Amino acid sequence: MSTTPTAPKLDSKCPTGPVSERWDKHRFELKLVNPANKRKFHVLVVGTGLAGASAAASLAELGYKVSVLCIHDSPRRAHSIAAQGGINAAKNYPNDGDSVRRLFYDTVKGGDYRARESNVYRLAQVSNSIIDQCVAQGVPFAREYGGLLDNRSFGGAQVSRTFYARGQTGQQLLLGAYQALMRQVGLGKVALYPRREMLDVVTVDGIARGVIARELVTGAVERFAADAVLLCTGGYGNVFFLSTNAKFSNATAIWRAHKRGALFGNPCFTQIHPTCIPVSGSYQSKLTLMSESLRNDGRVWVPKAKGDHRSPDQIPDAERDYYLERIYPSFGNLVPRDIASRRAKEMADAGRGVGDNGMAVYLDFRDAIGRDGAPRIAEKYGNLFQMYERITADDPYKVPMRIYPAVHYTMGGLWVDYNLESTIPGLFVLGEANFSDHGANRLGASALMQGLADGYYVIPATIGSHFAGRKLGAVTTDHEAFKTTEAAVRARLDQLLSIDGKRSSDDFHRELGLVMWNHCGMARSEKGLKTALTKIRALRDEFWHDLRVLGTGEELNRELEKAGRVADFMELAELMVLDAEQRRESCGGHFREESQTEEGEALRDDANYCYVGAWQHTGEGANLSWTMHKEALTFEEVKLTQRSYK
Amino acid sequence: MSGGHDTHSHGLNLTLHVWRQKNAQDTGHFETYSLHGISEHCSFLEMLDQLNEQLLKEGREPVAFDHDCREGICGSCSLVINGRAHGPDRETATCQLHMRRFHDGETIYIEPFRAKAFPVQRDLVCDRSAFDRIIAAGGFVSASTGSPQDANALPVPKEAADLAMDAAQCIGCGACVAACPNAAAMLFVGAKVSHLALLPQGQPERKKRVLAMVEQMDKEGFGNCGNIYECEAACPKGISVENIARMNREYLGASLTARPQGEAKAGF
Repeated sequence: MSTTPTAPKLDSKCPTGPVSERWDKHRFELKLVNPANKRKFHVLVVGTGLAGASAAASLAELGYKVSVLCIHDSPRRAHSIAAQGGINAAKNYPNDGDSVRRLFYDTVKGGDYRARESNVYRLAQVSNSIIDQCVAQGVPFAREYGGLLDNRSFGGAQVSRTFYARGQTGQQLLLGAYQALMRQVGLGKVALYPRREMLDVVTVDGIARGVIARELVTGAVERFAADAVLLCTGGYGNVFFLSTNAKFSNATAIWRAHKRGALFGNPCFTQIHPTCIPVSGSYQSKLTLMSESLRNDGRVWVPKAKGDHRSPDQIPDAERDYYLERIYPSFGNLVPRDIASRRAKEMADAGRGVGDNGMAVYLDFRDAIGRDGAPRIAEKYGNLFQMYERITADDPYKVPMRIYPAVHYTMGGLWVDYNLESTIPGLFVLGEANFSDHGANRLGASALMQGLADGYYVIPATIGSHFAGRKLGAVTTDHEAFKTTEAAVRARLDQLLSIDGKRSSDDFHRELGLVMWNHCGMARSEKGLKTALTKIRALRDEFWHDLRVLGTGEELNRELEKAGRVADFMELAELMVLDAEQRRESCGGHFREESQTEEGEALRDDANYCYVGAWQHTGEGANLSWTMHKEALTFEEVKLTQRSYK
Repeated sequence: MSGGHDTHSHGLNLTLHVWRQKNAQDTGHFETYSLHGISEHCSFLEMLDQLNEQLLKEGREPVAFDHDCREGICGSCSLVINGRAHGPDRETATCQLHMRRFHDGETIYIEPFRAKAFPVQRDLVCDRSAFDRIIAAGGFVSASTGSPQDANALPVPKEAADLAMDAAQCIGCGACVAACPNAAAMLFVGAKVSHLALLPQGQPERKKRVLAMVEQMDKEGFGNCGNIYECEAACPKGISVENIARMNREYLGASLTARPQGEAKAGF
């Protein structure tokens, strides 16, 4: 910490008053932009997942001039498409006692009381409009015979509030948003730039005024100027190399913004999803999720005896331990993700895991098939069962699935205020890329809800305050700031190309991932985190001396792309470890071994850690350093208690 | 992976003929590589990852291919494997294909999707943005973000919702085009036309949509359906050719009954 940074203003801009009236009140107080003036403002959206596509379409519909950068060949390929299980809303269609207040309460509690009440309440409020909007677009949600929408249950809730489209809910929601976006492209309201990777943010007088991006086919480094920049670039789970994220999913956009002054909130809050297909070999390139919805009908178990290698059908019920049902009788197999993951690890660590290397537990559908019949189960989960069989060559209709936790989602992200604006004015962050609504643990079927809430309903209301409230002079790509930022981007690309070492970026990435998984994964300790820091720093040093990237920057060069992303992960990993180290409590997905109850549950320390850790980047290169600032969290509506799902 | 027979302990030895093309202007050619000890449990793309790691070690440029989610849903992967789009397995995208499907000593040809409307950009990477332009022409319901009616105010018969979902599953990979001798995109277009025509939400723009999408499809240089059904056989989501039939019906109906734009008040 060589420099003394000026403390940034951490004003959450959360409204006050009764929680149920805050969003209304805030929207009324925000300045509006006259319809005729909207076309004068240019919004640049980076990323086309649920948050980006819904924001771009909605802002264009309002009349703003919108440009969109997309890393894929088509905006329809963003990783939101892979979300399987569903999207939550407080519709209370099944009449089972749901309400906006209950969704709010479940989300705050599920997040282990580390999210802002104001944000979460707003999320619950707009959840119902999201379902209405998606249905109006023609999203083919599952229906009952009467033609009304069907719901199912997800972890952390005792009501059925999850809407779904078979096991492809993310796909159908994304295609809805994508189609809305393409409609605006067709109307000439949105300029779409596919195969572009954002490599830096350009600020003028401290305000975000554009980005530098690389066109991935020709390698051309390009400048994009705008009056506001929206980062909708997803999470950073791929820092672990093996995760359920897609291979292109990376942290570069948010990391570059962080290094230009955007604070990073709660970087250590990572979600390890309990039901993924286990690792099978050293060639493994990614992990595949099996939707949480499977826990509606599947029962999780391990053999009661250590080292029981009998095939599962040879193990009678009396010798099975349905441990989630045993430990958590009221939530059973539907406990929140962090709890289900830790318990699975505990079973494997105790030598009761199954599969070749004992790093798995069973998810068994025998009883559900016996009760409802295979056709009903196929209707609900057919594509998931098929996916499982493709990968493992086992038929889950006949033998139980083997599952194990894997990195899935990051609750941390760029710090944003209630308007979704980062600490760089004019730079807004939406969806998984921001830190905001899920606290220390996200509940299932809430990511789709948050991405679409941010894009369809929050940003269209809040972005106007930036345009109407600040004087924005005309800035073009000829501005000096674009020249210097572009030069920095080019210098970095040249540096990556010129190391001429021996190891591939994948090789470095895999090693980094293993360090993170072992020391900053499902369980974290003072000692392990210290070890991780040493290892990460050494590996980063080696990376910059022994990386091999062939080819040039003026062509489609996947190795160069990957190298840039891994370079950023190497720095982000350190920040995650620092954040995990300072938070000497357990909460949600952040489990510090030193802080647990007698029963092995996460033990919070509200007296000392009821805050958002917002990290400011303060030093570069050999002096890489950060300073942490605290945003205190206050709870007026929900009483802080030890989470109990028993 | 202890014990087992030879393929377990030593893995597969393979000869690969891979299409290499520097850029869109280059004519391209096959190059031959040998790979040893590939686990039968790894996926086809993980096999290519290992090839690339090997090439990089040898100082040769890795093979560029499109991929992302690696779980068969994003539609990025796009290889023609031994002459078949997405390889030998039915309803399986390349990323879900596993090496247990191949045998030791096998020779595998790997090419990009080939169609006039999908120009190759490098090696196995091609440009499928023509699909996006077809969607932009009409593959949507014009429902701007706002406060629409309550979702349950519009009941949809389960059968219609299920059929619409069958069509909506399309991942936009373009295998249907690559597999078709005419490089037709009619399975892709038919799937989107069907998804929206089957639902009440799609009715107001039903005629306009099919006319606009087909017009754009023709403009992009895709061919026409010759009822060979290779598209359905190659489709990783098993989208049925019934959707092409439905699109043709929709198109015919719309052509006969839709009034040309701007003539709503003319005539008589």
